Amino acid sequence: MTFWLTIIGMGLITYAIRVTLFLLLERVKLAPSVQRGLRYVPTAVLSAIIVPEVLQPGGTLNISLGNARLLAAIVAAIVAWRTRNVLWTIAAGMVVLWLLNWLG
Amino acid sequence: MPIALGVIPFGLIYGVLALAAGLPPAVAQAMSAIVFAGSAQFIGVQLIGAGAAIPVLWLTTFVVNLRHLLYSASIAPHTQHLPPRWRWLLAYLLTDEAFVVAILHYNNQERPLAHKHWYFLGAGLTLWTTWQISTAVGIFLGAQVPASWSLDFTLALTFIGLVIPALRERPHLAAAITAGIVALLTFAWPYKLGLIAAALCGIAVGTALEARQ
Repeated sequence: MTFWLTIIGMGLITYAIRVTLFLLLERVKLAPSVQRGLRYVPTAVLSAIIVPEVLQPGGTLNISLGNARLLAAIVAAIVAWRTRNVLWTIAAGMVVLWLLNWLG
Repeated sequence: MPIALGVIPFGLIYGVLALAAGLPPAVAQAMSAIVFAGSAQFIGVQLIGAGAAIPVLWLTTFVVNLRHLLYSASIAPHTQHLPPRWRWLLAYLLTDEAFVVAILHYNNQERPLAHKHWYFLGAGLTLWTTWQISTAVGIFLGAQVPASWSLDFTLALTFIGLVIPALRERPHLAAAITAGIVALLTFAWPYKLGLIAAALCGIAVGTALEARQ
């Protein structure tokens, strides 16, 4: 029940954002400051998810070589920087994680 | 439509992750149909798995999908001659990928405007169908994969792949570092509210730095 409420709400919110200007547009212009801010949304939101996920797996801060997810993420970040390719990034990170878990 | 092929892996990964986060298969599939927004779905699944409260999920969906305002601001002027039912439908199909394909077509001056909404519709429906099918396959695969494979980590890796190339610009780098640190400091906040705080701090720092440059 909660699941359905959650996703129906997410759907309505998403659709409301998408449809508003299609229906109401009389040359609506977004303020330049809003447009600038929107460009930083992906960077900020994704970083806010990635950093705790990598640095505190399981809920406790672990910045050490014993943290396999941290090492996998570092390798993945290097691959992402070099290739700009999401699929290669995933592949590299998962291989490192599996290898470390297998060794450890 | 190579761009439709490009969404297949993400549909698969989404399906696998949704099950790993504890969503029932029907809900996972319905989210692809009802929300139909890849990044919001990925983040939503992550938050559901972490036990976030519904208002936080909705607020995050709102923030993450606000960029669609930019898309509709540039596409909607081309659709004002269409009857409302067309505009209701096209808005539903307005994903990142559909936007890219449609706006390129609209900006092509050599073709007449009269038929361009059919192109938008065709691209949107192709992407929609691809997303639903790849989600279904991902859900099916997700049910077979044991937890020891740590497939949940593909989500963080996906986000790393998306965010790292943007960090070549200094304001983006500052926004990322700020958001990351604030996310760590606010990790214990209830309902994942720390995520909202971290995102807002990151956006503020990025925007301020860009204004100073």
